Amino acid sequence: MRMEYIGLSELSGSLIALQGVEDVAYDEMAEITLENGERRYGRVITVDGDKAILQVFEGTKGISLENARTHFTGKPMDIALSHEMLGRIFDGAGRPIDGLGELYPEQRRNINGSAINPVSRQYPRSCIYTGISAIDGCSTLIRGQKLPIFSGAGMKHNELAAQIVRQARVADQDGEFAIVFAAMGVKNDTAEFFRRNFEEAGALQRVVMFMNLASDPIIERILTPRCALTAAEYLAFDLGYHVLVIMTDMTSYCEAVREFSSSKGEIPSRKGFPSYLYSDLASLYERAGMIKGRPGSVTQVPVLTMPNDDITHPIPDLTGYITEGQIVLDRDMDQKGIYPPISILPSLSRLMKDGIGKGFTRDDHPDVSNQLFASYSKVQDARSLASVIGEDELSDIDKKYLEFGKAFEALFINQDMGDNRTIDQTLDLGWKLLSILPKSELDRMSSATIEAHYVEGAYKTILNPESAGGDGKLN
Amino acid sequence: MSQYVIKGVNGPVVTVVGGQGLAMMDMVHVGNEGLIGEVVGVSGGVTTVQVYEDTAGLAPGQPVTTTGAPMSVKLGPGLLSNIFDGIARPLNVIQEKAGPFITRGINISALDEEKLWDATVTVKVGDTIRPGTQYAYCQETSLIQHRCLAPAGVEGKVTRALPSGSYNVNQVLVEVTDLYGKVHKLCLSQDCRIRTPRPMAERLPISRPLITGQRIIDTLFPIGKGGAAAIPGPFGAGKTMTQHQLAKWSDADIIVYLGCGERGNEMTQALEEFSELLDPKSHQPLMNRTILIANTSNMPVAAREASVYTGMTIAEYYRDMGYHVALMADSTSRWAEALREISGRLEEMPAEEGFPAYLASRLAEFYERAGYVKTLEGKEGSVTVIGAVSPQGGDFSEPVTQNTKRYVRTFWGLDRALAYARHFPSINWLTSYSEYTTDLKPWYDANVGTDFVPCRNKIANLLQEEASLMEIVKLIGADVLPEDQKLVIETAKLIRVGFLQQNSYNAIDTYVPLEKQLKMMQVILRLYNGAKTLIARSIPLSQLKATGIFETLAKIKYEVTNDQMEKFADYEKQVDEALDKVDKANR
Repeated sequence: MRMEYIGLSELSGSLIALQGVEDVAYDEMAEITLENGERRYGRVITVDGDKAILQVFEGTKGISLENARTHFTGKPMDIALSHEMLGRIFDGAGRPIDGLGELYPEQRRNINGSAINPVSRQYPRSCIYTGISAIDGCSTLIRGQKLPIFSGAGMKHNELAAQIVRQARVADQDGEFAIVFAAMGVKNDTAEFFRRNFEEAGALQRVVMFMNLASDPIIERILTPRCALTAAEYLAFDLGYHVLVIMTDMTSYCEAVREFSSSKGEIPSRKGFPSYLYSDLASLYERAGMIKGRPGSVTQVPVLTMPNDDITHPIPDLTGYITEGQIVLDRDMDQKGIYPPISILPSLSRLMKDGIGKGFTRDDHPDVSNQLFASYSKVQDARSLASVIGEDELSDIDKKYLEFGKAFEALFINQDMGDNRTIDQTLDLGWKLLSILPKSELDRMSSATIEAHYVEGAYKTILNPESAGGDGKLN
Repeated sequence: MSQYVIKGVNGPVVTVVGGQGLAMMDMVHVGNEGLIGEVVGVSGGVTTVQVYEDTAGLAPGQPVTTTGAPMSVKLGPGLLSNIFDGIARPLNVIQEKAGPFITRGINISALDEEKLWDATVTVKVGDTIRPGTQYAYCQETSLIQHRCLAPAGVEGKVTRALPSGSYNVNQVLVEVTDLYGKVHKLCLSQDCRIRTPRPMAERLPISRPLITGQRIIDTLFPIGKGGAAAIPGPFGAGKTMTQHQLAKWSDADIIVYLGCGERGNEMTQALEEFSELLDPKSHQPLMNRTILIANTSNMPVAAREASVYTGMTIAEYYRDMGYHVALMADSTSRWAEALREISGRLEEMPAEEGFPAYLASRLAEFYERAGYVKTLEGKEGSVTVIGAVSPQGGDFSEPVTQNTKRYVRTFWGLDRALAYARHFPSINWLTSYSEYTTDLKPWYDANVGTDFVPCRNKIANLLQEEASLMEIVKLIGADVLPEDQKLVIETAKLIRVGFLQQNSYNAIDTYVPLEKQLKMMQVILRLYNGAKTLIARSIPLSQLKATGIFETLAKIKYEVTNDQMEKFADYEKQVDEALDKVDKANR
């Protein structure tokens, strides 16, 4: 028997309240049918005695206290899962929107997922080559990692994410790659940009897309990453794919959470975001990883735009505390025309230390990346000094640092969108750049490593004699 | 049939009706699946319960049963080298029962109840037992002997005692009859409330350092056994790395490592690494002295709130056996945020930044459970607490950092700029402090050498001097400074690179004994003092730099292993030769 409650007791924002209900459980799904036959979906967010409050995913536009009939399904929100998801496009709540019809489910699963037992986790160790020097060399992406891109409005984070998708490959070719793409509150153009990119890369058949555009309801936006990650977990841990999840834009997601929280009348904490934003984000990001005895992996690359380029804003701040590092894009470098505009110093990959070096990439990799970080940070000191006393007044060694910094940005960080560098190319380039500095300045590596790789004057082969700036291509 | 039923559900907060018999902080089982919860509020006929597991599917009308006692954990042999969630359920048993994903409603004891331990019973019928009397012991791991002590409230004559033998943790070994004729049954395990500090005889002054093998900590900002320290820092500054280093190398007998609201992969890493690494003293796997508590950020928030008390109670339990325990809590900010989240759901009035007004008192309660004590049994034991703090936006003025600062005496402030330059550990020597330096001076004098504290002070002074000189250098460059100031800058650079920076991935550098730390300071200061005499004769510093002696000393940390102290004589010779050479060239 299908039981429906006729009418509502209250309406507010995207929330509806019903009085006199029985046997309604917390987090249960409901179907709301309007007089004209339109069907909407909702979820129970509070029960108190015989009163239930629901959030309506599609919004409450057109609902009155009298024209709606509510049916409780008796189970939490779940989505259909199948290997046929690959190549399909879904809306933010996991319903197909590509006109190819419903999915025949192999399984249905709760979109909230469950926490992976730390004992069952496999510690991620094998790296994913992206062909981008700044990432491979200095903040290596590891399979099973969550590594966000911190960007700002107008910077080239989408291009970077697309390049990662195009070029990503693993050292040992075991298992297939699949991509889960979750768009949350992005512009139509951005969604189209990614779709076209997947198509050009010939990857469309390996991609599952979940689309919640900027104009779509915010409640669905809260579901979008959960649907996407449920799909990713299924592909990875049940079907054995290595899944790369791109989630953009986490800022829109967090703002949706804030909007929803304030409509519930919750006490706001920093910048109006609810106090549970950390736990909420963690429930998404922590779904990356690998499980012992299961073949696949879930690697996350969430993209977020820092409001006003402020890295201390709650969204990047909380994200950075949960994720295993971050790739930070820099406005100044973007203005200078450097692509990808990755700011090396604040960027970090926490899992890198265990996935590079001997037996993984190349023996000298940890030393080179450490030294590049240390030397590049001295470039910043030299630059700030030069801006006060002028370049001419600098000591010889500081001048060397300026030269190194310029070459490093122009040749190492800067690279073409189609340029796919191997790890050897990246590291050799690093050594050549380090040779601009005298040996005594290399204080992060042992004398043996320096002897083995440092070639005096090696940088001359890569620097253009006319302009030390270079054009982003290797000579 | 239970008289109590659920009335309403809002996230982890559940309201219960059906009577007034539920007491504050009682542990309850909620709903058809029996989810674990705790009473946090009673008002009129409605009781408020916070539930430690996901509440989806709970509905009004489902039953609630009470255990009639406050939240407690079962303590006994089998805790060591194990990993638990925030309410002390063993994660490997959960894995066996539920697979790789944690499901709800699993009620299991912290201890393996089947396993037999070779227990030696140390009392006989007729003996008098008081709280703290040892009645049995067993070898828990190759490193730790587990001693069973009579809990508080048990006092009387032994009326029954089993012979020594193999028993499980629930077997009653000893029966004690008190003055009123009540019989107390003692077994290898005991239940212990987590929110009440375990009793002790008295607190003792802090007089011994916790030796960590980390140079900047041991020399500049030491922590005493039984002390409390905070490590605040923005993300990426290396809080977890520092905590891991301390857990691996500090000279405590037992480490309780508490991952509170942090990353799952980090706990996996700790579990793997600690199983592989050997303790430098005993050459046994570190896991044999470690207890991990993992309540990762995506596990239920209420259990995160409880996890710090679980960790502290376990630490105190081993302290009472006469061990020195170090508790690493990573991160206390996540705990504070859990308090905030639950407080918000309870609709309490928020104070600063949305945190509840009782934040400061909760932090104080927690840190005050650290201490160097005389146990009820009369032995000495300690709990040292090292709490990581994750300030929002890396801003140390936020409430958790500020309130924590009031209750700890060692403060290791991590610095974003140092981390960006990959200077690790990124402890900023200008903002950090330790109030234990004077308390510990006698110990250093007696055990390391009377030269240790003066060297330490000199090094600290040079770093301070450098900091003020750098203000000038930032404006006009280093070239215009007088030679003696250049020497300060050059020496401070050597201290920073060659002494303060410590590479945790380098087999030699990851752990450095105090003796070597002292030698390193001495050789650096030998160079400094010698150079000072040369410069007083207006010999330019560049001549000395050209000898390469600064670079040589900077690499000592990689070249001299911990058992090659004789090599320092060689370095001293090199310093003298370099000084001599410059001296001769200017005669």
